Amino acid sequence: MKTLYKMPEAITERPTTYCPGCPHGVAHRIIAELLGEMELTKKAVIVWPVGCSVFGYYFIGTDAVEAAHGRACAMATGIKRAHPESFVITYQGDGDLASIGIAETIHAAARGERITVIYVNNGNYGMTGGQMAPTTLLGQVTTTSPYGRDARANGFPMKVPEMLATMDGPVYIARAALDSPKHIIQAKKFIRKAFNAQARDLGFALVELISSCPTNWKMTPVEALERIKNEVLPIFPIGEMKVNEGVA
Amino acid sequence: MADKVLMKGAEAIAESAIRAGCMAFFGYPITPQNETPEYFSRRMPQVGRVFLQAESEVAAINMVYGAACTGTRVITTSSSPGISLMQEGFSYIANSNVPCVVVNVMRGGPGLGDIAPAQADYNQATKGGGHGDYHSIVVAPHTVQEAVDLIYLAFDLADKYRMMVVMLMDGLMGQMMEPVEFHDWVEVENRKPPEWATVGQGERKERNIITSLEILPEGLEKMDIALQEKYRKVRESEVRFEEYMMDDAKYAITAFGTVARIAKTVVDMAREKGIKVGLIRPVTVWPFPYEVLEERANQVDFFFDVEMNEGQMLIDVKLGVNGKRPVYYYGRLGGIVPSPEEILKEFEKKMEVSK
Repeated sequence: MKTLYKMPEAITERPTTYCPGCPHGVAHRIIAELLGEMELTKKAVIVWPVGCSVFGYYFIGTDAVEAAHGRACAMATGIKRAHPESFVITYQGDGDLASIGIAETIHAAARGERITVIYVNNGNYGMTGGQMAPTTLLGQVTTTSPYGRDARANGFPMKVPEMLATMDGPVYIARAALDSPKHIIQAKKFIRKAFNAQARDLGFALVELISSCPTNWKMTPVEALERIKNEVLPIFPIGEMKVNEGVA
Repeated sequence: MADKVLMKGAEAIAESAIRAGCMAFFGYPITPQNETPEYFSRRMPQVGRVFLQAESEVAAINMVYGAACTGTRVITTSSSPGISLMQEGFSYIANSNVPCVVVNVMRGGPGLGDIAPAQADYNQATKGGGHGDYHSIVVAPHTVQEAVDLIYLAFDLADKYRMMVVMLMDGLMGQMMEPVEFHDWVEVENRKPPEWATVGQGERKERNIITSLEILPEGLEKMDIALQEKYRKVRESEVRFEEYMMDDAKYAITAFGTVARIAKTVVDMAREKGIKVGLIRPVTVWPFPYEVLEERANQVDFFFDVEMNEGQMLIDVKLGVNGKRPVYYYGRLGGIVPSPEEILKEFEKKMEVSK
């Protein structure tokens, strides 16, 4: 009989701690599938962040470390420089990466660190109860922008891939979305290239995954995915922003 | 041991670290310790090892944390304001049980302070510094040779207990040139990562996870108790101190690091005047040599603690003496190094008081 569906080996049997309808599980699955397909599972060290995916090491079965808030790219740098044979991935949310960890991220990119960054952006601080993030859209109501994000008071949403794509260190920068099967398939293609960048010792790679947060957005999972399509993607357009030779 | 070479303290500790098997340096420039990273930046590529100038001390310590998770011998060096920035990382490193070495070339504070030699980070180093119940082993050399020796010890203790070892120095020791003998090279190039290291599961049966997180209080308490058990073993086995002219001493000076070096001159000067004074010098300021102070309290009339801070080690000296004898204090602040004459004068005043 032909196997049509099975769990990737790198996914553990432990039930996740994510809310119903949260796309973290989808992102985990893409990573786990690629680790298996590219035979990287036993080489991988994943640097997990502070945020909803803080317990990610329970769900993806590789060697793992748990970074301080925002410091994943620095910690990944230390691991990779000390042990270049390891395949080092950071998995970070938008609060972790774009706010408190932006310096570590930009400098890891500038140095062209041989690490792969998976950046999951759901537009708010999920774990702490839905506060405003650097990526929160203008007008979006959160627990710390109760009147909606106001540009004069809170500034504008930060577009990390666009920023990093201007730099020389990164070899692959892209943004994908987890709102539809089509986009999820595309996300996997992008992340494969990001993995190639490290596996082929080419340089720094980052893929942003536009995600939803039904719980804190106070929407059903389906409504939240609709919101990605209708409100988020016009501001955070998907696509590849930097593709150096050799990553494809 | 090789022949003696004349070397600055700041460079000697870097060379010693390399010979002790340090495979990676991560750090950020700050005065008065820039000669150390500069030396590493020259030498590490020559021996095929890692030198990386980080974007901040915050990043540097987290790079150290990452490298430490691979079981690699790793070091950072900094000075007081930079060390303050690293405290978050120190706390994570402590609860992750990973080894590393940190050198703090202390300068005057608080705040930006100045760049002159000081000892005002004693409390920060010996009592934790970051959040949570934790300690690092803290060694305080008083000569360049001792710094070279203690770097070896620091890496060995870090590996043995899987914890951070701090070396407290100051700009005076960093700038001072002294003849030093280096130890034999420690062979680390072919060393395999330890069983607990996170380098990819490979052939290992179980995967490794290094985390300081345990969300259930019952679980975290177990982790905390395990840490305290480790610290108990360190207290039992790793206390180090030096006594100078203490056999027949009627008075004891207590001092560490640069001040202890000056205090030896004070002891010599006093002895020439017929005053029977000795020096008790903690080499490890954590774990602190409380017991020797309690023992010597049966012998001396009083203790005279001298520091380049407002009396931070004084508290530990008092804990050791345990009320048996008076403990006097003299110190200079702001990066001023007290002269032997000045210390002797203050000491003699206390002799008058105690008569």
